[in-house]
Amino acid sequence: MSDILKIGDFEFSSRLMVGTGKYASNAETEAALEASGAEVVTVAVRRINISGEGESLLDHIDTKKYKLLPNTAACFTEEEALRTARLAREALDTPLVKLEVIGDEKTLFPDNEATLSAAKILVKEGFTVLPYTTDDPIMAKKLEDVGCAAVMPLAAPIGSGLGIRNPYNIRIILETVKIPVIVDAGVGTASDAAIAMELGCDGVLMNTGIAGAKEPVKMARAMKLAVLAGRLAFEAGRIEKKLYATASSPLSGLI
Amino acid sequence: MQIKINGDKRQVRDRISISELLEELNIERQGIAVEQNKVVIPKSEHNEKIISEGDVIEIIQMVGGG
Repeated sequence: MSDILKIGDFEFSSRLMVGTGKYASNAETEAALEASGAEVVTVAVRRINISGEGESLLDHIDTKKYKLLPNTAACFTEEEALRTARLAREALDTPLVKLEVIGDEKTLFPDNEATLSAAKILVKEGFTVLPYTTDDPIMAKKLEDVGCAAVMPLAAPIGSGLGIRNPYNIRIILETVKIPVIVDAGVGTASDAAIAMELGCDGVLMNTGIAGAKEPVKMARAMKLAVLAGRLAFEAGRIEKKLYATASSPLSGLI
Repeated sequence: MQIKINGDKRQVRDRISISELLEELNIERQGIAVEQNKVVIPKSEHNEKIISEGDVIEIIQMVGGG
């Protein structure tokens, strides 16, 4: 039975999306991507080294296998984010963009106002916009209304590993929007990813949680399994929580 | 003439096209994008697009990121 994640015109069978930053080497990146089973892989846009040194990341990522999702990370203004998105589209020939407009260096929380404004413009320009946002249902709805293909509320600050800090808001977001909800940022370990998926999220995006682990490749596999397990548990429908015990074995026929 | 590439000043010959500049810099076309004075120049226009004195050129590629 297939369980397809649809984002705009794109379809994916993996609900785990992974970043490519912070790995010790390109080889480690490749191995972690493979172990994660992810199909969507985020990349960042940066100035090329004019002196010609350094190899291209794209030499190490099989673009037939992975769908690249360029981000606008480290953009602090709407204008920077728009420029970065347009450059990414030109470089990769993709309409996909993970829109980030950062509002503050310390928390890396998004500037929601600028994000919404940029999203509106990018949607008009034909981009498939996946915006990084706070876990605010009203904001999520506004992003949906301007035509974003998904919404990506943070679980906790980027790279913090604090996990799902406000599962109730995530639940309300899930009830509020029809577009896919991808939890982005803050996932620290496998159970965090599983919780996001058990809540009913459509996917999870992470980078540091894998790349920063002592054994990134092993953690990539753990995340793959956690996302899968969480998704299955969500679909299966968990039991009600009860205060007291309910016997699992029949009470009749006792000796 | 002097132009700015990725934040650094650089001397290039007059009436150089974007294609010629990329060639001179030994930059492969795959997976890159060029911006001239904050406007993205599509690959299909690299041959005819001429760079002028004082232009600000940005050439980007993809790097690891989350």
